[in-house]
Amino acid sequence: MNFVTMLEQISSGMLKTILIFFLTLLFSLPLGWIIAFGRMSKNKILSGITGFFISVLRGTPLMLQLVVVFYGPYFLFKWSITNWRFPAIIVGFSINYAAYFAEIYRSGISAIPVGQYEAAHILGYTKIQTFFKIILPQVVRIILPAVTNEVITLVKDTSLAFTLSYMEMFTITKQIASAQTTFMPFAIAGLFYYIFNLLISFIMRRLEKRLNYY
Amino acid sequence: MSEKNIYLEMNNIKKSFGDLQVLKDISLKVHEGEVLSIIGPSGSGKSTLLRIATMLETMDSGSIKYMDEEACTSKNGEMHYAKPHELREIKKNFGLVFQSFNLFPHRTVIHNLTDAPIHVQKRNKDEVLSEAKALLLKMGLSDKEDYYPSQLSGGQQQRVAIARALALKPKVLFFDEPTSALDPELTGEVLKVIKALAEEKMTMVIVTHEMSFAKNISDRIIFMDKGVIAVEGTPDDVFNSNNSRMNEFLGKLSHE
Ligand SMILES: Nc1ncnc2c1ncn2[C@@H]1O[C@H](COP(=O)(O)OP(=O)(O)O)[C@@H](O)[C@H]1O
Ligand SMILES: [Mg+2]
Repeated sequence: MNFVTMLEQISSGMLKTILIFFLTLLFSLPLGWIIAFGRMSKNKILSGITGFFISVLRGTPLMLQLVVVFYGPYFLFKWSITNWRFPAIIVGFSINYAAYFAEIYRSGISAIPVGQYEAAHILGYTKIQTFFKIILPQVVRIILPAVTNEVITLVKDTSLAFTLSYMEMFTITKQIASAQTTFMPFAIAGLFYYIFNLLISFIMRRLEKRLNYY
Repeated sequence: MSEKNIYLEMNNIKKSFGDLQVLKDISLKVHEGEVLSIIGPSGSGKSTLLRIATMLETMDSGSIKYMDEEACTSKNGEMHYAKPHELREIKKNFGLVFQSFNLFPHRTVIHNLTDAPIHVQKRNKDEVLSEAKALLLKMGLSDKEDYYPSQLSGGQQQRVAIARALALKPKVLFFDEPTSALDPELTGEVLKVIKALAEEKMTMVIVTHEMSFAKNISDRIIFMDKGVIAVEGTPDDVFNSNNSRMNEFLGKLSHE
């Protein structure tokens, strides 16, 4: 196999890696808010269940969660899982990352002084206005560094999709490397993850600067 | 004074935190155009009283009326509140200036002033903006419109907070120790602004530790001690009272 073919094959995996990355963010960032609100609910049962859910997702390997999400429907309901591989990856990643984001959101919200809520309340803001106009903009700034860390981890974690033999970049890289007995694919893959993360850090730093207006 | 409209009436307010009874049957009235100061040792329940008046805190029993509209009252040991939309209307009657300013740090000074009038009261933008600018002028902060709160001194921040409260045109303005968080050299500028409001006959209830200020601007003073109103009257009455707790309180202050 020549270098160009190798690169072509790895590139097709790269696109899938990028797709996993963006779809996971697309679903987990909002889902994290729902989980965070469940966790912060005054309803003890809801917050207890959500807390347990979060601790399981953070306390077990993502690899294991992916396997459970993928094979679960078959073992539990005997459903066919032939078209479930890619969705399962997105579901698994999204739920796992949502749990981490939820805890980040929660810590950000608890960093807002109660005086902000009281001032908003006295000024007549509704609860929804208070959240979106007063609390959320401040929370976003507080949590951005922590979110950046998770996003960078996600770039690397996409490689865990190999557990379900999904043909993203890392799975392909491993196959080529063992078939061709060459180290080159790993170098290419490593370089890709590294550059991807440089780009992400750059964007997030720009965003942090933009949000540092006050 | 009695012929003037009663803006706020609180009757038989009782409040406990756990076993600690913080307010023991407090009643007071605030009339149109009146400046009422509340003084007393820390822990006597002044903030709690203001927080109940502004409905940031619930009470165990008692009643509150603004402009003769009942906000809440207790019957047979249970609190009854006005309907949510009525409460919203009643709450428009007052504003509150906090000890710790509580400005919105992510909004500029002008936005801190205009956001609630525009988005809560749904008033005309241009009108709100020009009123807000006039308020800042009055507060001596015209050049700070586009600053963020963190770029201002404490005294400036508190003046913005006062302007923000005034932008909603409240009938009654409450202050909870508005200068306690400030360096001594910055209290003067805030007190001056409050004094100017008093001269315009703004109705105000001010919790303060600034005795000469209270004496100077108040129509009436309440001295609170251990959850009760121990002395109440004109500044002269209160400062010349022979109430032993009052004298002890003033004595302690003069030794500080
Ligand atoms: N949310 C609360 N929970 C428990 N105790 C409180 C709370 N708020 C105030 N207290 C207590 O109530 C008493 C009166 O407090 P406060 O009204 O703040 O007094 P002041 O403003 O006169 O200093 C104090 O002993 C205080 O510790
Ligand atoms: Mg207090």
